[in-house]
Amino acid sequence: MIDSSLKDIAAALRAKTVSAVELATDSLARIEAGNPKVNAFITVDKEGALAAARDADARLATGSAAPLTGIPMAHKDVFCTEGVLTTCGSKMLANFTSPYDAHVVTLLKQAGAVMVGKTNMDEFAMGSSNENSHFGPTRNPWNTDTVPGGSSGGSAAAVAARLVPIATGTDTGGSIRQPASLCGITGIKPTYGTVSRYGMIAYASSLDQGGAFGYSAEDCALLLSAMAGHDPRDSTSLEREAEDYSAALDKPLAGLRVGLPKEFFAEGMSDDVRAAVEAAIAEYRRLGATTVEVSLPNARLAIPAYYVIAPAEASSNLSRFDGVRFGHRAAEYTDLMDMYCKSRAQGFGAEVKRRILMGTYVLSHGYYDAYYIKAQKLRRLIANDFQAAFAQCDLIAGPVSPTVAFGIGEKSDDPVQMYLSDIYTIAVNLAGLPALSHPAGFGAGGLPVGLQLIGNYFGEARLLGAAHQFQRATDWHTRKPAGF
Amino acid sequence: MSRTDWEVVIGLEIHTQLNTQSKIFSGASIAFGAEPNAQACAVDIALPGVLPVLNKGAVERAIRFGLAIGGTVAPKSIFARKNYFYPDLPKGYQISQYELPVVLGGKINLLVPDGKGGHYEKLVNLTRAHLEEDAGKSLHEDFHGMTGIDLNRAGTPLLEIVSEPDMRSSAEAVAYAKALHALVRWIDICDGNMQEGSFRCDANVSVRPRGQAEFGTRREIKNLNSFRFLQQAIDYEIQWQIDLIEDGGKVQQATVLFNPDTGETRAMRSKEDAHDYRYFPDPDLLPLVISSDWIERVRSELPELPAALSARFEGDYGLSAYDATTLTASRETAQFYLDTVATAGTANAKACANWVMGELAARLNKAELDITASPVSATQLAGLVQRIADNTISNAIAKKVFEALWNKEGESADAIIEAQGLKQVTDTGAIEAIIDEVLAANQKSVEEFRAGKEKAFNALVGQCMKASKGKANPAQVNELLKKKLG
Repeated sequence: MIDSSLKDIAAALRAKTVSAVELATDSLARIEAGNPKVNAFITVDKEGALAAARDADARLATGSAAPLTGIPMAHKDVFCTEGVLTTCGSKMLANFTSPYDAHVVTLLKQAGAVMVGKTNMDEFAMGSSNENSHFGPTRNPWNTDTVPGGSSGGSAAAVAARLVPIATGTDTGGSIRQPASLCGITGIKPTYGTVSRYGMIAYASSLDQGGAFGYSAEDCALLLSAMAGHDPRDSTSLEREAEDYSAALDKPLAGLRVGLPKEFFAEGMSDDVRAAVEAAIAEYRRLGATTVEVSLPNARLAIPAYYVIAPAEASSNLSRFDGVRFGHRAAEYTDLMDMYCKSRAQGFGAEVKRRILMGTYVLSHGYYDAYYIKAQKLRRLIANDFQAAFAQCDLIAGPVSPTVAFGIGEKSDDPVQMYLSDIYTIAVNLAGLPALSHPAGFGAGGLPVGLQLIGNYFGEARLLGAAHQFQRATDWHTRKPAGF
Repeated sequence: MSRTDWEVVIGLEIHTQLNTQSKIFSGASIAFGAEPNAQACAVDIALPGVLPVLNKGAVERAIRFGLAIGGTVAPKSIFARKNYFYPDLPKGYQISQYELPVVLGGKINLLVPDGKGGHYEKLVNLTRAHLEEDAGKSLHEDFHGMTGIDLNRAGTPLLEIVSEPDMRSSAEAVAYAKALHALVRWIDICDGNMQEGSFRCDANVSVRPRGQAEFGTRREIKNLNSFRFLQQAIDYEIQWQIDLIEDGGKVQQATVLFNPDTGETRAMRSKEDAHDYRYFPDPDLLPLVISSDWIERVRSELPELPAALSARFEGDYGLSAYDATTLTASRETAQFYLDTVATAGTANAKACANWVMGELAARLNKAELDITASPVSATQLAGLVQRIADNTISNAIAKKVFEALWNKEGESADAIIEAQGLKQVTDTGAIEAIIDEVLAANQKSVEEFRAGKEKAFNALVGQCMKASKGKANPAQVNELLKKKLG
């Protein structure tokens, strides 16, 4: 049942052919069997899950259930969960049990979703492979010698391995879309400000955005509808009416104008990815969409701009991890400065340190204008490019990642190569746009390839609708990795 | 050795704690004196994942201040992060305003004591005022070599008010600080409690040879929480800098602390190890946009400001600038004075001023009472002033009546005058009778006066007043006595 669509699971729950407790038990059993192979979970909350499932069953019995009531799910370990370990993939927070729930966690609890655990991730959401986790790398269910992508690699792997049908993630530079692509599932990052960041441990505040993973666009729409909405505790949360992201699922593709950025198709994409992406675009045409070439001339500047802005914000956001009030504190130190230095040196991993150093550097006196201000200007240019493109099209299609999943350890010694794996996703975060990745076929080694769809602001329903139409006509999203 | 004529240059940065109910970025209370960390919520202790939400009440108070000093309330200002590590700074950064503050410009007019009993006018221009959060407190005692952290104060809203380097003496700096202190209380944005740290001054002090255009190198004296310390610290610092330069030394830019026990200032850190605060706009907060509607609403709710009221006191009541300024030192004093004049009549405004600033102020001060708790009401004081004006009582008797009012011996000046028989005697016959008695009993003084001793006359007047128990009209006594002796 766990590997069915949410629609079918929900129907079964209502028809009493399955109970929430049975679903949770099934999910926990799958985790017990499958997690040792993929290391997708940092924490499994068996008791919490069963208690939530019992509550869900009671609610289902009264007929007051919401669409997600009784559905097992997982939260990326970046979301604070009251009474449950919240590590952010870091040794720094390996001992941190949050005293409060993130807004997203509260909303999903209220919806009756059953959290079975917290998923593995790159430390503080910094990474594209999940190799930067203090709790060991997550492995790609399609080939456990390869990475699942990152930073939400644990959530993507958990869904791909059918341990849970849905999971939350966050996307700062591609951290939902890239792992969704590499793991052969669907993942959406909505417009910046759609999902509250309250209780979502900050990496780069102006780029971080929560989102959803599922087997299909239809499932993602249900999960996103339950996660989104204005939260007065997040000043960057959009003051908009709650939206039903399933509303446009049945809209036919006829007349849809799909923009193809020429810069995305020029070079850098591997042949297998190109073949799958182009075939998927051909399928969109076959289903009635038209395509038009558009240009994003400044997109090539997205990576340098991102690697100024994100580390700058991160260097400040991570200052609170000082060993004073919570988190890791060095066992021995001589004075205050020594305690700071040792606690942070021991608590943070190499990539986090690298980004803190980069961020501290670009904000320093004498460098601020040359780096930070300049990057903010580039950010504006990149956002303008998208607006110019959307004058010609309804959504933009292209690759998510230049390659299929790469081998564990393959890029870990070369941070720049690792950064380049986000070349197609980062511009979207800089512009604050919604985008998703859906399965589009397979490439080298039988590994999944995703197609990226980028919408204009608040275009989530349209994006999910297009992907759903594609998924009605194709079966890539129903393919499962062997052994799960 | 020729002595250089040194000119002192002072600018002040004053942190005023805004009297909101809750903190600037969280819902926790800012009330003073709670158990350590009892008023620190998840946002204040900077748990992972928490976010700031701006308190509109703090913004409203900043607008009020901007309007009160005639500054510009910025239609858009930006919150920035000031990054540094300190145990009582939970986020590792302070949210403040840097490049775009909420208030720009403005000015304050002062009366500065000239040291010779008089006063001179002085205009101090303000650079800016910006909103920021306070840090917590490190507690170094009672922890056996460790440090305790109290985050109750973390996130308390502050308005940092920065002056231009316009002041030229410690007296001017103190007069400015006092005027600002009075103003923030007047417009009700700060309780002004200096012991509790609601109003803290940093003074930037430098010296230069008079006539030199460029400023000398400044040192910043931090955290002065009384006007007396402000004066002492600046005076010490000025002399220290002058001595240093005259001995061939050079002032190094530095932050210094004032030790009230020794009366000395001492450098805590020099420029070399100054922090690089890495300011950048806080991505958790949107730009602070203040609409002109909001500004106009706040303007319409502002009370009449002390400068305007002071000008009215001078113009309408004929008070001196000094008296007008003194009476507008606080809204409560000004209101008491206005109430007194309202009953006593404008013709008695000057007399009312003298009583409010004189006898009443002295008694209140002695009893450590606020004017709002005065045992003598404005109406009662006005009644007293009226009886002096219409010659019912003399000034000397008036002091007795005031004392009686203070001690609640009667409902009004009239009731006390009546009950205690203090009405002034103006009947010529009655006064003559008293004079005759006094002259008969003081023949010696009469002879001395006739021999040309003017003093003897005064002694006789005094005897007459004494004989009348102070009730005889002194002017009449004078006149009639002269006649009798003449």
